[in-house]
Amino acid sequence: MQFLALLSAAITLIGAIMVITRRVAVHAVLWLVVTLLALAVVFALLGAPFAAALEVIIYAGAVMVLFVFVIMMLNLGRPDSDREKEWLRPRAWLGPALLATLLCGELLYTLPFRPDDTAAPDLLTARDVGLSLFGPYVLMVELASFLLLSGLVTSFHIGRHRLRER
Amino acid sequence: MPGFLLPLLILSPLAASVILFLFAKRISARGAGLLAAGSVGFSAVISMVLAFLLLSRTNADPFQITLWEWMRTADISAHMSFLLDPVSLVMILVVTVVGFLIHLYAARYMADDPGIARFFGCMTLFVAAMLVLVLASDLFCLFIGWEGVGLCSYLLIGFWYENPANTAAARKAFYITRIGDTAMLCGLLLLMTSAGGSLQISHILSAVTTGQLSSSVVSGAALFLLIGALAKSAQIPFQTWLPDAMAGPTPTSALIHAATMVTAGVYLIARLHMLFTAAPLVMTLMAVTGTLTLLMAACTALVQTDLKRILAWSTISQLGYMFLALGTGIWQAALFHLVTHAFFKALLFLTAGAIIARVHHEQNIFRMGGLFRAMPGVAAAFLAGASALAGLPLITAGFYSKEMILSSVWPASFALAPGLALSGHLLWGAALAGAFLTALYIFRCVFIIFPGQPQTAISGRTPRLMAIPLACLAFLSLAGGFVEMPDALVPVHLFTHMLAPAAAGSSAAISPDAVSHIAISGAEAPRWLLLAGGIAPVAGLAVAWVLWGRTRPVMREVPGQAAIVSLARAGSGTDRLYDVFFVQPFRFLAWLTRHDIIDGLITGAGRMTRRLSLFFLQVRAGSLGLASAGTITMTREGDLLLTRLQNGRVRWYAAWIVAGLCAALASALLA
Amino acid sequence: MSVLSLSDALLLAALLFATGLAGVLVRRDLLFMLMSLDIMLNAAALVFVAAGARWHDASGQVMFLMILALAASETAAGLAIILCLHARGRPSLDADTGNLLPGNLRSGNPLSGNPQPGNLQRG
Repeated sequence: MQFLALLSAAITLIGAIMVITRRVAVHAVLWLVVTLLALAVVFALLGAPFAAALEVIIYAGAVMVLFVFVIMMLNLGRPDSDREKEWLRPRAWLGPALLATLLCGELLYTLPFRPDDTAAPDLLTARDVGLSLFGPYVLMVELASFLLLSGLVTSFHIGRHRLRER
Repeated sequence: MPGFLLPLLILSPLAASVILFLFAKRISARGAGLLAAGSVGFSAVISMVLAFLLLSRTNADPFQITLWEWMRTADISAHMSFLLDPVSLVMILVVTVVGFLIHLYAARYMADDPGIARFFGCMTLFVAAMLVLVLASDLFCLFIGWEGVGLCSYLLIGFWYENPANTAAARKAFYITRIGDTAMLCGLLLLMTSAGGSLQISHILSAVTTGQLSSSVVSGAALFLLIGALAKSAQIPFQTWLPDAMAGPTPTSALIHAATMVTAGVYLIARLHMLFTAAPLVMTLMAVTGTLTLLMAACTALVQTDLKRILAWSTISQLGYMFLALGTGIWQAALFHLVTHAFFKALLFLTAGAIIARVHHEQNIFRMGGLFRAMPGVAAAFLAGASALAGLPLITAGFYSKEMILSSVWPASFALAPGLALSGHLLWGAALAGAFLTALYIFRCVFIIFPGQPQTAISGRTPRLMAIPLACLAFLSLAGGFVEMPDALVPVHLFTHMLAPAAAGSSAAISPDAVSHIAISGAEAPRWLLLAGGIAPVAGLAVAWVLWGRTRPVMREVPGQAAIVSLARAGSGTDRLYDVFFVQPFRFLAWLTRHDIIDGLITGAGRMTRRLSLFFLQVRAGSLGLASAGTITMTREGDLLLTRLQNGRVRWYAAWIVAGLCAALASALLA
Repeated sequence: MSVLSLSDALLLAALLFATGLAGVLVRRDLLFMLMSLDIMLNAAALVFVAAGARWHDASGQVMFLMILALAASETAAGLAIILCLHARGRPSLDADTGNLLPGNLRSGNPLSGNPQPGNLQRG
C-alpha cells in the first residue's frame, strides 16, 4: 500500500511536469489525463472513493474530452510546435522557476508537518458527502448551479457572437 | 375540506401552460383558446367550491396544506405550503373569475395572431404563478409566485417582439420591478434571519406580535417590503414602467397590468398588515406615497391622448387609493377596492380593446369620435366601467369601495415623529380631489370618443365571444359594490364579515396603541363626508361635460404649449429624471472602466507634468532649465516604469501576484 | 486504511501547485495556461480532500465538488474564448498579444469618444 501511494504521488508529479513542458498540445492533454488518474488513486488512498470516482468521470473524462475537442478544432500543426520550441527556451524558464520554487519552499516551510498525523481510519462514502451536500451545504449547491449556469451562458454567448460575425 | 383542491387549483392552469408551450406548433388557434379558457374556468369553479366550503365551515381556522419541504439547512427552512383564509379566498376568486372572463375574451381577440399558443401559454402560466403568490403561506413560496408573475409580465409585454419598442418596454418593466424585487428579497432575508429561520407567515406575524423582533428590524423589513410592493404596483417613484407596459396585447393589459399582478403589492401588505402596523412610520410613508401617486397619476391621465395610456395612468391612480387605505390601516377597504377595481378596470381595458380593434388599431382618442352610433353595446359597457371608475354615487361599485376608503381616512392620524402626527383630513382632501380628477379624465375620454360624428372608418362587429365577458364585467362593476355599504345608507357589511376571521386575529393580537384606529364602521365620521364623496365625482362629470361635452370644437384639446403639459403627456418627465440621475452616471462608470482609468491617470499625469515642465522650460530657460529638465527625465522614466508594470500581459500580472504572495508569506515567516 | 498522512498529501499538493504555477508563468499559449490552471486547482482540491480525510468530515469532499464545478465552468469559458480568438484569425493563441483588449475594432464602438485602446506604449 505504501508503495502504491508513493508510486501514484510520483506519477502525479511527473505527469504535471510533463504537462507544462510538452510542445504538442495533444501530448500535454494526455499527460494531464495521466496526472488526473494518478491523483484519483491518491484520493482513493486518502479514503475518499467518491471524490476519486468523480475525478475520473468528470475531470479525466468530461473536461479532458472538452480539451481534446478544442485542440481538434484548432487544427494545430508543425508550426505551432516549432513556435512552442522558440518560446520554451531555457532563459524563459528562469524567472517562473525561481518564483515557483520560492513559493513552494515557503509553503513547505510554513505548513504544519507532523509525521504522526495520519488520517482517520474509515472511509467517507458517497452517502456522507450526499448527506452534507443536501443538508448544511444546500445553499452552496445552489451557488454552484448559478456558477455552472453562468459558465454555460458565457460559452454560449461567446460562441454565438463568433457565428454572427462571420 | 378536501386537501387536493388547493394544488389542483394551481395545477390546472399550469398544466395548460405546459401543454401549450410544448405543442405550440401543432395546436390550432381555436384549440389553444379553448384549452386556456377551459383550464382557467376549471380553476374558477374550484375556487367557487372552495369559497363555499370555507364560508360554510363553523370554525374560523384557515385551511392550510404543506406539499413538501423545499429546503432545510441549519438556519433556514422553506416549505411549499398553501393557506386558504378569507384574504386569499378573495384574491383567488378575483384571479380566476376575472381571469376566466379575460381568457374567454382573448380567445376571440387573439384568434388571428400566429403566436396565440405562446400567448395563452404565458397567460395561463401567469394565472398559475399568481395563484401561487396569493395562496402561499411561506414567504419563500410567495416569492416564487412574485417572480413568476414578473416573468410572465415581461414575456407578455414583449409579446410582439418584432418591434424593438415593445421589447424595450418589456425590459424597462422587468428592470424597474427588479429593483423592487431585490428590496423585497432583502426584507425577506432580514425577517428570516431575525425571526429564527422560517418565513411561514404565521410564524413571522406571531414573532412580530410577541415582540420577538426589535422595532428597528420590523421597520427595516417593512420598508424593504414596501419598496417591493411599490415597484410591483407602479407607485411613485417606480410608476414609469406601467404606461409603457401597454405595448402588450390588450387582454394582457387587462389581466396583468390592471386586475391582478399590479395589485400583488397591495395583497402582500394586506397579508402582512400586522407587521406594518408595528411600523407606524412606514405606514405614514405608504399613505403619503399613495396620495401623491393618485394625484400625480390622475393629473397625468388628464392630458394623455392614447386610450390605453389613460387607462394605465388611471390604474396607477387607483392603486394609489389602495396604498392610501393600507397606510391608514384599513386593509379591508384596500382589498374591497382591489376587487371592484379588478372588475371595472378589466372591463375598461377589454372595452378599449374592442374599440381599438374596430377602428383599425387607432389608439389616439382624438382620432376616434362618434363611436356611440356604431357600437352602442360597447359604448354602454365603457360607460358602465367609466362610471364605476369615477365612482358615481349609489349605482356603481367604485363608489362604495372609494367611499369606504375616504370615510376611514378622515378620522385617521398618521405618525410622523413621536408626538407629531399628520392629520387624516389633509390626505382626505387630496383623495377627494383625486376622485374629482378621476371623474374628469375618464369622462373627458367618454365625451371625446362617443358622441358626435364618426371620424374614422369603423369596421366589423364585436364578436359575441367578446361581448359576453364585457356584459358580465359590466354587471359586476355596477352591482359588485352592494356587498358592502356605508352605515348611513344601508348597513350591509358582507365583505367585512367575510374577512372578519382574519381581522379578528389581527385586532386581538396587536396592542391598541400601536395603531391609531381600526375604524371600519363609519360611525364616528360625520354624514357630510358621504355627501362630499358622492358630490366630487358628479362635479367631475359636470366639469368634463362643460369642457369637452358641450363645446367640443373649441376645447378639443388642452393647450399643449406649457412645458409641464408636454412633459406629463409623454409621461416621460420621470424617465428623463431617471436618465439624468441613474443612467448617465452608470454610463459614465462603464465608460471609465472601458477606458482603463489607471492607464489614463498614469499617462495623463506623465504627459501633464511633461507639458508643464516644457512650459517652464520655455518661459524661464535660464533659472528653471535645470530643474525642469530633471523633472522631465524623472517623470519620463517614472512613466516608462509604470508603463512596464501596466503592460496588460496576463503572465506578468500572475507573476506579480505570486511575487506579492511570496513577499507576504516571507514577512509572515520573519515576523 | 489510509496510507497517506496529511503531511504527505500537503507536500504533494504544494509541489503540484508550484508545478502548475510555473506552467502558468512560463507558457505563452493560452491552451497550456488553462491546463496549468487545472493542475493548480487540483492541488487545491487535494488539500481539501486530505483535510476532510484527516478530520473525517465530508465537508472536504463537498468543497472538492465545488472546485469541480468551478473548474468545469472555468474550462468551458476559457475554451470558448480560445475558439473565439482562433476564429477571429489570431495567428497564434499567444497570451502576450492579448494585452490591449480594445473591444471590437472592426465594427468600431459607438460609445467612446476615444477610439484608441488604452495602450500605454504610445504615452
